[in-house]
Amino acid sequence: MSHASTSAQSPEHRPQSGGGSLEFRNVVKEYKVRGAQRTIRAVNDVSFTLSPGKTIALVGESGSGKSTIAKTILQLERPTSGEVLIDGKAVPRRGSALKRYRKDVQMVFQDPFASLNPFHTIEHHLERPIRLHGATSPGQSVHERVLELLERVNLKPAEDIVGRRPHELSGGQRQRVAIARALAPGSRFLIADEPVSMLDVSIRLGVLNLLARLQREENLGVLYITHDLATARHFSDEIMVMYRGDVVERGPSDEVILNPQHEYTKTLLAAAPDPDKLGSMRDEVRASLAASDS
Amino acid sequence: MSNPATEAPVEDAAPVQTHKVFKHKRHVNGKFVIGATMLSLIILFAIFGPMIAEFEPRDSDNPVLIPPDSTYWLGTTSLGYDMFSQLATGARTSLMVGAVAGLIAVVLSIMFGVVAGYVGGVTDELLTLAIGVMLVIPGLPLTIVISSLVPGRSGLLVAVILGITGWAGSAVVLRAQAQSLRNRDYVSASRIAGENPFRVIGVEILPNLLPLLTGQFLFGVILAILGEAGLSYLGLGPTGSISWGTILNEAQAGGALTRGAWWWFVPPGLMVALVGCSLALINFAVDEIINPKLRSAPLEARRLRKAKKAAKAEKKAAKAHKKTEVNA
Repeated sequence: MSHASTSAQSPEHRPQSGGGSLEFRNVVKEYKVRGAQRTIRAVNDVSFTLSPGKTIALVGESGSGKSTIAKTILQLERPTSGEVLIDGKAVPRRGSALKRYRKDVQMVFQDPFASLNPFHTIEHHLERPIRLHGATSPGQSVHERVLELLERVNLKPAEDIVGRRPHELSGGQRQRVAIARALAPGSRFLIADEPVSMLDVSIRLGVLNLLARLQREENLGVLYITHDLATARHFSDEIMVMYRGDVVERGPSDEVILNPQHEYTKTLLAAAPDPDKLGSMRDEVRASLAASDS
Repeated sequence: MSNPATEAPVEDAAPVQTHKVFKHKRHVNGKFVIGATMLSLIILFAIFGPMIAEFEPRDSDNPVLIPPDSTYWLGTTSLGYDMFSQLATGARTSLMVGAVAGLIAVVLSIMFGVVAGYVGGVTDELLTLAIGVMLVIPGLPLTIVISSLVPGRSGLLVAVILGITGWAGSAVVLRAQAQSLRNRDYVSASRIAGENPFRVIGVEILPNLLPLLTGQFLFGVILAILGEAGLSYLGLGPTGSISWGTILNEAQAGGALTRGAWWWFVPPGLMVALVGCSLALINFAVDEIINPKLRSAPLEARRLRKAKKAAKAEKKAAKAHKKTEVNA
């Protein structure tokens, strides 16, 4: 963590075990480059702890290692070194113990057009995780639970939605289904990998507000992966900025945004469009056009 | 559509036009209709043909080598067998062999190809090796060796032999497809949900391979029917039963060609060709459904032709107009 700035002293950063947290400890992930004797280090010694009721935003450009972290948490990739711990214990690699882990940790994918199987109905997508983890309240049928989930993500009338296939829904509706699926097992931690970047700008806020509401109500620990600093600040307690596999800056959201320490964070902030500056830029352009006309 | 410049702009902008195009695309596929009709006729012939045949297929009391007439609809062979009855009975064997062999080939190619592509790693290496070996071994000689080793072959056994020698090509394609599907988000999602690998393959991946599998099954059936005919012609087909291949074999042995008995070898040969043709047509139709680019290709060509014609006509009209102007 040589690059970590002075703002790295947040309470979440200190290694802690137990207390129902998901911990990412000194994880390194290297990929072999095909046909060459070298490796690419996608994630370089990253540590953080996700606690219930808290949101951490992971910000960085494409290729900075954000998605590799998501895949590693979800056991789709094995870390080269370091470990992922849940409730202080190493995440099991297979069998029923891994299945119990999957009940706790779920993911919302970036592209709602790719994350739902075009062949199956919405009911299938929600029913499977419920059945696999027996996630119904006493006396509740699986179908009732499916409807309840759909209503939780504001897909109404739920009876009308369950029978449809993904291509019959809009992008925003699909993403709501994907969120409902991630909640279906009764999960405690949610990894949201750029959950709104593929959606129309007009519906992004609705989906983000939904995520925020569910997080509050279910006391979820959320890892919000994004490259949008504005929403990261608004929806999360802590921000981690990644650059080429390293966490270059981390801290409470406002502090990172208002008082960036690392050069890369400053560049990111400068790249984000600022409505006030846009106005003045337009005036400048107009002025120069007027000057060239006369 | 993609080529608005050549089309009248007004027509293109109207929403009615897009509706029309949409409707056209949903139009019933002509290839499919022709192929399916042919195939169902042949299947009906296999089911009902033996029932309506007046003579037993091995009844040799009939006159020998009679050309088709009102009693013997397709003539008789040199042993006095009624050709119509032989052809109908042979249809049952040939189609059964084709269907069973096609099914076995598809199941094997799924077991090797899809599993190799999905699981990856060492399993993939081993299964790919097996696929490679089966791919390199020339099919027909292996079939001949196996079927000559087994005495007293039934139609079913020949089907099994053809099935286990004809799956490798499909497995290669399926492996590549499975490799691409395994990295789709919805497959990752079902793994994250905690599905076991069998269910991921069976429920999430296989349904999306269905169009491809249909094509491969049809292709497998064609290959098996041709293979059975080839084996039977060489005398290595099902023993004791009648198929189109065994009829051809007997026709060759009985010197049908030199005696000018065309009714002996043309019908079975034609049937094999027709089955192949109908299955290929259905296969093309399935391809077009999978790949919309193929579907719109003839339509695009037609549009282009139309546009060219229109441009030509316009030029002509302009010329004529000029001429009249000059004359005036």
